[in-house]
Amino acid sequence: MENYSVEHTCFLKKKKRERHCVLFFQIFLFLSFFGLWEILVHFHVLNSFLYSSPSKILETLFHLLLHEDLLLHIGITLLEIFISFFLSLFLGVLFSILLWRFSLFSKVMDPFLTILNSLPKVALGPLIIIWCGANTGSIIFMSLLISLFITILTIYNGFLQVDPNLLTMARSFGASKWQEFRYVVFPSNYQTILSTLKVNLSMNFIGVIMGELLVSKKGLGYLIMYGSQVFHLDLVISCIFLLGMISYILYLLIQKIK
Amino acid sequence: MKKILEISNIKKYYHTEKEEIFALKDISFSVNEGDFLSIVGPSGCGKSTILSILAGMEKESDGFISLYNGYKIAYMLQNDSLLPFRTVFENCCIGLEIQGNLTDEAKEYVSSLLDTYGLHDFKDLYPSSLSGGMKQRVALIRTLAVKPDILLLDEAMSALDYQSRLTIGEDIYHILKQEGKTAIMVTHDIGEAISMSDKVLVFSKRPAVVKKIYSIQLEKKRSPILNRSDSKFSYYFDQIWRDLNGEL
Repeated sequence: MENYSVEHTCFLKKKKRERHCVLFFQIFLFLSFFGLWEILVHFHVLNSFLYSSPSKILETLFHLLLHEDLLLHIGITLLEIFISFFLSLFLGVLFSILLWRFSLFSKVMDPFLTILNSLPKVALGPLIIIWCGANTGSIIFMSLLISLFITILTIYNGFLQVDPNLLTMARSFGASKWQEFRYVVFPSNYQTILSTLKVNLSMNFIGVIMGELLVSKKGLGYLIMYGSQVFHLDLVISCIFLLGMISYILYLLIQKIK
Repeated sequence: MKKILEISNIKKYYHTEKEEIFALKDISFSVNEGDFLSIVGPSGCGKSTILSILAGMEKESDGFISLYNGYKIAYMLQNDSLLPFRTVFENCCIGLEIQGNLTDEAKEYVSSLLDTYGLHDFKDLYPSSLSGGMKQRVALIRTLAVKPDILLLDEAMSALDYQSRLTIGEDIYHILKQEGKTAIMVTHDIGEAISMSDKVLVFSKRPAVVKKIYSIQLEKKRSPILNRSDSKFSYYFDQIWRDLNGEL
């Protein structure tokens, strides 16, 4: 540290100040949002039955935690997210490999993949319930549908973008198609696969909650649906708050992997 | 001098949906052990095609290639094509890995090549931290690692600026001579061809035939850069220049 020039020390200080400033405003924004909410409800500007309030959210969360197996509901939702996440990663990579390896297959599949990718998968929801029943299976299936096609298209495109010179190099040593894949194509795409993971996690999150809203007996989506049916809006808003927290934690997790 | 490679009446067509391209009409020549042979020709004449065929990456439409028994060919591309996610050492091993020959002994050979040619300290670095010339050297060692007898150099220096071209040309020349390798180089640079080669083949425009073969006999054979000031250098240059101009 003492070896740095004056200019560099100033620069470091400036950066540090900036970080503190950002953190301050983040906390400020967070507190003022919830503070304002609480005050408005307290003075009956907002109806507490319709809009709940931060204190009621905390109360509801504690109640859920102590008497209603909140952790189980969170666990189920997370489990569904992770299962569909790993399934879509596995199937996505597998299909991309097949598409890359067999160009005839990719030519045949091209229009179908495009259609499936742009189809709003939510529209399939009612069908999935009828076909797969009201269970965890259909929730995972729903979530998989949402993330799988975009995963395939992104990774497959990544495979196609590999510098053709590198492939020629491998071929000049007599590499087979699989060796080209193993030594050049796949390792060139670690970055693509990582960024797909990042997008996928939030897609699977959306898919799972959507599935839970449609069919389920457990999970945060179920609690939201249940709450809205019995007009227990504290419960609905508490769960949405939890979803926000969870998505932020998942985001941090993915940042770590990167 | 022992003849180790003979190419007889090679023909090559390329097929696209729109047309059929007649690239090579009738190519025949032979290569002696230890020779440095260059191929020059107008651009697009198919001079790189003959290298791809020799490397086994493309199939000739007609003709014969006879490589005398036990000799091995390896191909060095126009650009270095180093894998950015592999270290210099790992890049040099890729050919051995693909061919299933990555033994400890082979690894030691790669290390010794890196040591001999001044890359010892760069072994564990990634290609992004090397200069263009050094990358080209790594690419050459990657090719040498599979112990070929004949190296095919496809415009191996053309991606570099003029000064690096001269130095790398010199570099590659000395390494190949030191390792006792035979080389077939494709280039569009007449000076490069004359200064490095024992023999220069001039290809005609497409569909290519071997228009002329020059056996380069300079007053005194030295290193490529010095050869450029040889009294006979400009004679060959003029001759080949005229051959090529007739093809434009």
